[in-house]
Amino acid sequence: MTRNDAISQLLTAMADDSLIQGHRNSEWTGLGPIMEEDIAFSSMAQDKIGHAWALYRTLHENLGGTDPDRFAFLRGEKEYKCCHFVEMPNGEYDFSLMRHFLFDHAEAIRWEQLQQSSFEPLVPLARKLKGEIKYHTLHANAWITQLCRAGEESYARMQSALNTCFPLALGIFEPNPEAEQLLTAEKVYAGEAALRAQWMDRIYNILAVAGLNLPDENEVTPVYGGRKGYHTEYLQPLLDEMGYVFRLDPEAVW
Amino acid sequence: MYGGGYIFDEPNKRQLNEEQLHDDPEKLGEFEARIARGEKIEPGDWMPSEYRRQLIRLIEQHAHSEIIGALPEGTWITRAPGFKRKLALIAKVQDEIGHGQLLYNAAETLGKSREAMINDLLSGKSKYSNVFNYPAETWADVTVIGFLIDAAAIVNQVANAKGSYGPYCRALERICYEESFHLKQGHDAFIELATGTPAQRAMVQDALNRWWQPIMHFFGPPDKNSVHSEKLMQWKVKMASNDDMRNQFLDAYVPKIWDLGLSLPDENLKKDPATGKWAYSDPDWDLFKKVINGGGPCNKERLDVRKWAEEHGRWVRKALMNPTEKTTAPVA
Repeated sequence: MTRNDAISQLLTAMADDSLIQGHRNSEWTGLGPIMEEDIAFSSMAQDKIGHAWALYRTLHENLGGTDPDRFAFLRGEKEYKCCHFVEMPNGEYDFSLMRHFLFDHAEAIRWEQLQQSSFEPLVPLARKLKGEIKYHTLHANAWITQLCRAGEESYARMQSALNTCFPLALGIFEPNPEAEQLLTAEKVYAGEAALRAQWMDRIYNILAVAGLNLPDENEVTPVYGGRKGYHTEYLQPLLDEMGYVFRLDPEAVW
Repeated sequence: MYGGGYIFDEPNKRQLNEEQLHDDPEKLGEFEARIARGEKIEPGDWMPSEYRRQLIRLIEQHAHSEIIGALPEGTWITRAPGFKRKLALIAKVQDEIGHGQLLYNAAETLGKSREAMINDLLSGKSKYSNVFNYPAETWADVTVIGFLIDAAAIVNQVANAKGSYGPYCRALERICYEESFHLKQGHDAFIELATGTPAQRAMVQDALNRWWQPIMHFFGPPDKNSVHSEKLMQWKVKMASNDDMRNQFLDAYVPKIWDLGLSLPDENLKKDPATGKWAYSDPDWDLFKKVINGGGPCNKERLDVRKWAEEHGRWVRKALMNPTEKTTAPVA
């Protein structure tokens, strides 16, 4: 594996996470519990899909990848490298909110780190995206804290959503030993274990303020597989839907 | 987006007489003089009860149209082809929900709460624009909606923005600005199909054929059938007649469609060069009434989506109303 292969693997996983999470966020359009949340999830969907697009363009322009639209809309299921966490259906607002909280903090930390990356095309992108994701985490923090202080039902729902989401969220940091060894040695990024440790610290502090109990990370089995191309039964239908019009005629301009 | 398909409330005669008896004639005179001078009426100002009632209905119906109007196109967000179209469509639908929010706020200044308005929407008591009760069958429908229905809505909203009620006019100014951007996006996507492959052209022609009648319905019944709009025009609640708006729309957009070599399913559609008026076949106005009253292809589906959102979001709204500790520090 070359350095560029390893970078491509990292960027594909990140981009696929953003794309699928953005797709899920966009499914809240018209369904939010209040209009303001409808708007917030639409707004985050645009950011996430925009981030995925920027990463696919980086792959295309710097690493010999294919056209971003074709890459995003035409691959087979196994070629996607997103984690299972983002594939899960939106469920109720509690699951979606908790996923948004856990996922966005993980992204924030990753992009903060990438500001120091030795892979130069990522540096300006990291600066720009960090600023956008900041608002996503502020939004998640405010809602989690507020709902945890608003009575028994919403508190119980938040705790239960956290218990469901946590093993899935650990899947964001699924190890890829061969690539990681290369990438950390080359100072492209810090590696999954280091990001996960930072993420645990950060979410722990916010969850503690909200009064939620973070499950013991040594007691749960992380949900891995996505980075190797093994997916949940929810991904294929999502991909069929996402590519539905594009596949009618991939050569046409839409 | 929204059109003049609004059916002004037919007031209960007895109730209206009762209310008018309580409207101080001196104040009414001063109110009408202010409107005639082009002044805006603001929330705390005196206004006749009939003016308040009709405005609440108008703005509320407009607000509902925005959030229901987000649904037919919203179903295509997850299927939109390519990053450019997908991002534009999400942004557009998000704007529509935002317009709903602005308009509910404007209506609230007249004394009806957002919750009460949503309840009336769900119970079927208050209406929304008829056009959203039709399905968006293909991607081409999204481009027809974005181009032509947004264009039609702009004709109506630009007129209403010159009305007499301050909060509504200010909301409309911002809305029109965003809608004109939607129109550009819609036009761009429409042109792409119209100048694309034979299959894409066929797709957009098919969408035009299906949407033409709902678009003709969009501005509401012909003037000869509309009643009691004189007072509403004097009060600058209703700003232009349905037929005038329809003519303005046809004049601006039919040539654009024909220029692309597309056709419209009405053999009688043509402009009289002498009068500048467009002739057209009367759309089926019985169908219009039937759809408004719940008999359209998607009325149930649209309301079912809103009901899902209401039911599944109830615990969130309940929690927001019931904080044991308030977060007062700004989040950003």
